[in-house]
Amino acid sequence: MRRDDDISGKLDWATILLYLALVLLGWLNIYAAIYDESARQSIFDLSLSSGRQLMFMAAAAIIVMAIVIIDMRFYETFAYVFYGLILFMLILVPIIGKEVGGNKAWIGIGSFGVQPSEFAKFITALAVAKYIGSVGFRMDNLRNQVVLFALIGLPMVLIQLQKDTGTALVFTSFVLMFYREGMSPFLLIVGICAAFIFIITLLVPNPLYLHVAIGIILIIAILMGKKKFKRIALLTLGALIIVGVIESVDYVVKDVLKPHQRNRIMVLVDPDIDPLGTGWNVTQSKIAIGSGSFAGKGFLKGTQTKFDFVPKQSTDFIFCTIGEEFGWLGSLVVIGLFVALLLRVTFIAERQKNRFARAYGYSVACILFFHFAINIAMTIGLFPVVGIPLPFFSYGGSSLWGFTILLFILLKLDAHRGQVLQRI
Amino acid sequence: MNEGRREILQIVFVLTGLIFLIKLFFIQVLDNKYAELADSNAILRQVEYPFRGLITDRNGKLIVYNTPEYDLMVIYKDVKDFDTTRFCNVFGVEREEVRKKFKRLQDMKRRKDKDFSPVKPMLFIDQLSNEDFAKAQDHLDEFPGFYIEARTTRAYTTHGMANALGYVSEISKGQLENDKSGIYKQGDYIGQSGIEAFYEEQLRGKRGIRFKLRNVKGIEKGSFKAGEYDTLSIPGQDLVTGIDLDLQMYGEMLMKGKAGSIAAIEPSTGEVLALVSGPSYDPTLLTGKNYSSNFQLISTDTMKPLFNRPLMAQYRPGSIFKIAQAMTALQEGVITPDTRIRCDRSVINCHGAHTNEDLRGAITNSCNPYFHNVLRRMLNKGVTNDPFSDTRVGLAEWNKHINSFGFGQPLGIDLPNEKGGLIPTPEYYDRAYRNRPWKFSNIYSIAIGEGENLVVPLQMANFAATVANRGFYYTPHIVKAIGKDKKPLPQYSVRHYTTIDSTYFKVAVDAMQNVVEAGTGQYRAKLADIIVCGKTGSVQNEPRPDHSVFIAFAPRDNPKIAVAVYVEFSGQGARAAASIASLMIEKYLFGKTKRPYVEDYVLAGKFLD
Repeated sequence: MRRDDDISGKLDWATILLYLALVLLGWLNIYAAIYDESARQSIFDLSLSSGRQLMFMAAAAIIVMAIVIIDMRFYETFAYVFYGLILFMLILVPIIGKEVGGNKAWIGIGSFGVQPSEFAKFITALAVAKYIGSVGFRMDNLRNQVVLFALIGLPMVLIQLQKDTGTALVFTSFVLMFYREGMSPFLLIVGICAAFIFIITLLVPNPLYLHVAIGIILIIAILMGKKKFKRIALLTLGALIIVGVIESVDYVVKDVLKPHQRNRIMVLVDPDIDPLGTGWNVTQSKIAIGSGSFAGKGFLKGTQTKFDFVPKQSTDFIFCTIGEEFGWLGSLVVIGLFVALLLRVTFIAERQKNRFARAYGYSVACILFFHFAINIAMTIGLFPVVGIPLPFFSYGGSSLWGFTILLFILLKLDAHRGQVLQRI
Repeated sequence: MNEGRREILQIVFVLTGLIFLIKLFFIQVLDNKYAELADSNAILRQVEYPFRGLITDRNGKLIVYNTPEYDLMVIYKDVKDFDTTRFCNVFGVEREEVRKKFKRLQDMKRRKDKDFSPVKPMLFIDQLSNEDFAKAQDHLDEFPGFYIEARTTRAYTTHGMANALGYVSEISKGQLENDKSGIYKQGDYIGQSGIEAFYEEQLRGKRGIRFKLRNVKGIEKGSFKAGEYDTLSIPGQDLVTGIDLDLQMYGEMLMKGKAGSIAAIEPSTGEVLALVSGPSYDPTLLTGKNYSSNFQLISTDTMKPLFNRPLMAQYRPGSIFKIAQAMTALQEGVITPDTRIRCDRSVINCHGAHTNEDLRGAITNSCNPYFHNVLRRMLNKGVTNDPFSDTRVGLAEWNKHINSFGFGQPLGIDLPNEKGGLIPTPEYYDRAYRNRPWKFSNIYSIAIGEGENLVVPLQMANFAATVANRGFYYTPHIVKAIGKDKKPLPQYSVRHYTTIDSTYFKVAVDAMQNVVEAGTGQYRAKLADIIVCGKTGSVQNEPRPDHSVFIAFAPRDNPKIAVAVYVEFSGQGARAAASIASLMIEKYLFGKTKRPYVEDYVLAGKFLD
């Protein structure tokens, strides 16, 4: 086979530009988040998050070069090996890991720490894509489906064991990709219905009211339609399932979840339920974003994100800085960039000639989408506070490198899309 | 098959972005609320510390209360240049000290100390005097960045009762890590031992939080949402103890210079009237400014004043245990009150001139061979022919009866670190003899309260109360009323019955009356106007002197007080312990003693002469 010498020419430059824009904006915002007027520190000061982020960015550039140089077949060939290795590391984390901010998710190398869970995302994406791309794979085959869910379930469980609920939830985003690859939408619909019932259950103080309402609806439904036994039985069964779900949600929320987790959910339904405790972060975050008005206060002019009013202002709540200093226009730009990137990634995924690359492409889109959606929803009070970073924006080496690898493997595969045998 | 799915996903992506932009448009552009909140630059969250509950004695006398204390706090970034001379004047500090403190803060900043924050309040001068506080209050506005935080510390009306009261101090790192309630933060105060620790939940109250708005310059601009979210602090619940403070202090005076304990209980309720641990310390030392240096001194004292003897010192009970043996034997039917046993001193030693006593006589004279024989009858009933397994069966039954008096496990008093003592079981001896066989002749010294038996003084007092009640006890407790309910914790209103029929207790009461009137206790435990029932004990400590033990209750009918006294290395029970016990009874029932010579004898402390 012919070796392609001019790889850079075939890399998707639109995606790379979007990536650069996001990373640079993120860097500026990290500086803004910790900026202290009186201290007169430079953005390059290595004692600041911004200075260290620049180092992480430089390292990311080296990683990108490595990805581009390495043969594209490498990723598919070794997908399972990587997968096994990362599982091993995730098992190792609770044993030899060090604790940072209450979560034991880090493995220390000297004074540096990396979070294996950040790398588990792209590795799982590779493994899942390889499985989907394998000969004889059928999405409607139950056995294949079981394997798929096991592939995403294993790292998810291991990460949850580190009490990193946010990152564990990220793995549910693969379901969207499964749907694109042909899985019945039934699961998605059930999931959305369950979420709907979940929220209703939280809103209604006593599940008994819901049961009565469902009973009435059931009777009306039975009386309105044909009185056939099969139809009545199905309706009753459906109603019973919903009643069961309500009861179990009620049980989980009241008895299984820890008080702080329960509060995070309850705060969504009623932000005033605990304005002093759990609601505090979200209130502060909303104040910061809301105070940005239309055009923002200007770069480095924000007052809320500094002085500790907003928690984790350079990592999980980095969007506050954008909202405060660049206002709605800034939010529009950032959200626009993300949506553009997502659409571009989808476009790239669609033009792949083999199923492995396409599945991987959609995995990239879904993971990025999940982070983007949950992170911003959390800062503006639309979703419970779960600690996941905003891709390319949030401070942190592991997170930046993880997303960079995730994206550039796709670009590498895309650059060589003409070279692969078609097996779609 | 998958037609249109790509479009669906793309629509989802775009829609999510749109929803965010719409929501952001609402909170950023349409709603001015957030902008206003941010204009006032922050909601300041001020914690209001509640008053800790007060502690009083059974007659309403105040024992523990709170006294205010003022700390000068500083917010580093808000500090502007100020007149140092004036500052020193206002706050009553030396120039040099101020300079040193600022240098320390600057050092911390340079070192990036994690305790340093330019925006959070840090302690500058702790515990300003009351006058300095009054003066400083009017001039505080001249020194931006400084403010005064008031909190309260514990204060005591007494110099005694230290081990029962416990103390309050800053929460330790370990406690903070183990705290599941999430209530405590670094720098908070928490009860560390005694009642302060046991009733921490009731005493601490609930913190209030006030939300204040601050402008850019850090000046307060009223409350957030008109105080809608503010919560007032709720003071802790007051505790009424069953302690009689006069009796307690009298007991501590009597115990001065001695190692041991006094535990006095009101039999009809289980309320602890006095709980003396000797040696002890002054609780006022563990509060306020000199806490750390004093704690260092007290905790390293070789006499272990922090060791709460009535609850934690496990001793062999000695002859007082014979009362429990007698009750158990009667219940098991191996003797009657009239059973006479020859005082055969060949196996076990005895004292005094007696030869062939019945049960009452045996208790009065504390006859060792009698109870040696009685225990043999209990442990070797001849259920099997094998002396080894026969003893096993007997010992298990015996253990059950003895434990029903509250021995063998912690009673559950409302103080931390209570020990349970030891009443041997067959399994215990299996372990002790490493599964080699054992029988009565190996273990007979438990008959007279020696051997493996271990009890704490509180259990002895509870035992006296049980006999006083003729067969039941309430778990001893210090606190008789909590807060507005005026009730003790529910577990302290439950009667615990022994496995002995109450009719048999008459024998014990008679015998104990006889001990005081005609037996080992007659010289120092007898009181003129009232019938005292008691039992002496002298616990062997070869080659050192015996421990002196006495349990008693009075009056005989309708007893008002049960008491146990344990004085280490002070010889016969009839001397030190009996004297102290009878003085405690006299003090409690009559307010003072009519026998100054007994008091002098105790205070002189020469029990071995």
